[in-house]
Amino acid sequence: MSLLTSVLGAFRKSGVKAELCDKGVSERGLLIFEHTSEVIRAESLLKEAGIDVAVKGPPPEVRTGCDLAIEFPIVSGLRVSFLLEQSKIRPLQVLPLQDLLLEPVSLYHVKDFGEYLMVRAANMKITVDKRDLRIVNISGGGCPDVPYLAERLMGKTLQEAPEPRSLGSTLCGYALQLAYEEMRRRCL
Amino acid sequence: MPLMIVGTVPYEGFPLIHEECNLRDGRLNLGHESVSVVRGTSALLAAACLASEVLGLARPWALLAGDIGRGDGSRRVYAHLVEHLPDSPERVIVFHYLQPEVDWHNRILMKIDDLERRPLLVADAGYMYVAKMSGFATSYDLFTPDVGEMAFLADESVPHPFYTRGFLLQEEEKVPELIQRAYVHDNAARYLLVKGRRDLVASADGIIAEISEPCVENMEPIGGTGDTLTGIVAALLHSGKSVPESAASGATVNRVLGRLTNPTPASSIADLLSCLPEAVRTVLFAD
Repeated sequence: MSLLTSVLGAFRKSGVKAELCDKGVSERGLLIFEHTSEVIRAESLLKEAGIDVAVKGPPPEVRTGCDLAIEFPIVSGLRVSFLLEQSKIRPLQVLPLQDLLLEPVSLYHVKDFGEYLMVRAANMKITVDKRDLRIVNISGGGCPDVPYLAERLMGKTLQEAPEPRSLGSTLCGYALQLAYEEMRRRCL
Repeated sequence: MPLMIVGTVPYEGFPLIHEECNLRDGRLNLGHESVSVVRGTSALLAAACLASEVLGLARPWALLAGDIGRGDGSRRVYAHLVEHLPDSPERVIVFHYLQPEVDWHNRILMKIDDLERRPLLVADAGYMYVAKMSGFATSYDLFTPDVGEMAFLADESVPHPFYTRGFLLQEEEKVPELIQRAYVHDNAARYLLVKGRRDLVASADGIIAEISEPCVENMEPIGGTGDTLTGIVAALLHSGKSVPESAASGATVNRVLGRLTNPTPASSIADLLSCLPEAVRTVLFAD
């Protein structure tokens, strides 16, 4: 039996979930709320939507909010935020459990192709035809909502295209939202 | 010993498919199903089909399901893999647009580790993210990040490129440092093919190859050009070439593809594919 099998097998046998093992980084995020009533509503809403959530006590370094927090798969951050917003539930903070000080990217790379402008946020790029502000390409990313978003946004102008956050689910979708907002800020 | 490409297509309700794949009239045919070639796993598959044909190889197999980012299709693919990997005859497995879920990733890796003959493992897109997130990046033979994703691999703290810390999101000139940092923290595969203005093939020992010609700047904004590159590399691996040789030749083929099609930033990946066989022949059969 190889080392990998032994290590993973040990976790399987002990019932410890892979995301809790000390290898790698945590794939969970944390929603911090002001009131317990919001936690209860959010938990029901997210469970109904099929999202794997768990109510936990927040770690001691989180100094705001009530005594309960919701853990969720961090990659689904865009869908979680959108669902909560639609129900007018506003978390105080959305944090990656791996490192509570991490923040979403805020640096943009802009490349001018003459008639076209490309903006990159993290791993996502959006390109617009400067003449009519039509979205001509979306590239980068790796989560399954990226090809889905590309099909729905490409060919539409910045004025008429739906916001990526209204259709996307993952952090790649979120990065595309940031690139899209930066593109709008520059072009409109 | 086939090549298998594992991923998703962006159609809700698209069934789980595990079929040999061919490309005809611009559409991918997978058993009773057919999909158009758009960016993502379908572009990777299309490139692998075309390159395999030129190289005289068997058609690639596809393991796909529909997923629009909710993870449901990815989980169907994962469950199928866990069940069927013990019978798997694959020589090369490419993991692509899949919802990153560490628990599923680790279950699959355990099954692969149990195989008598271990296939070559390539991870791109979402599966590369989860491979890094799991802490088992070194179990893979090749990752194919772009510059933004390379910064993510170099950042030992983050679960997704969305949180990559600013000091790592530098310009492309810093990529060699990022590669080194990723290897220091065991967050890279045995080999890396970093896609950028200059493509770099690297291992823990440093940069092995640098491919910068021909340079077609307009390829960068076109969604799917990274997917075609991974598809070409997959076919080259399947042909028996080594990982660094496949990565370097694949990068050159993809660049020649750009030169042959002379795209604009508004071109689509489907516009480029018709020239892919010629690009493969130009690079590999030049003599």
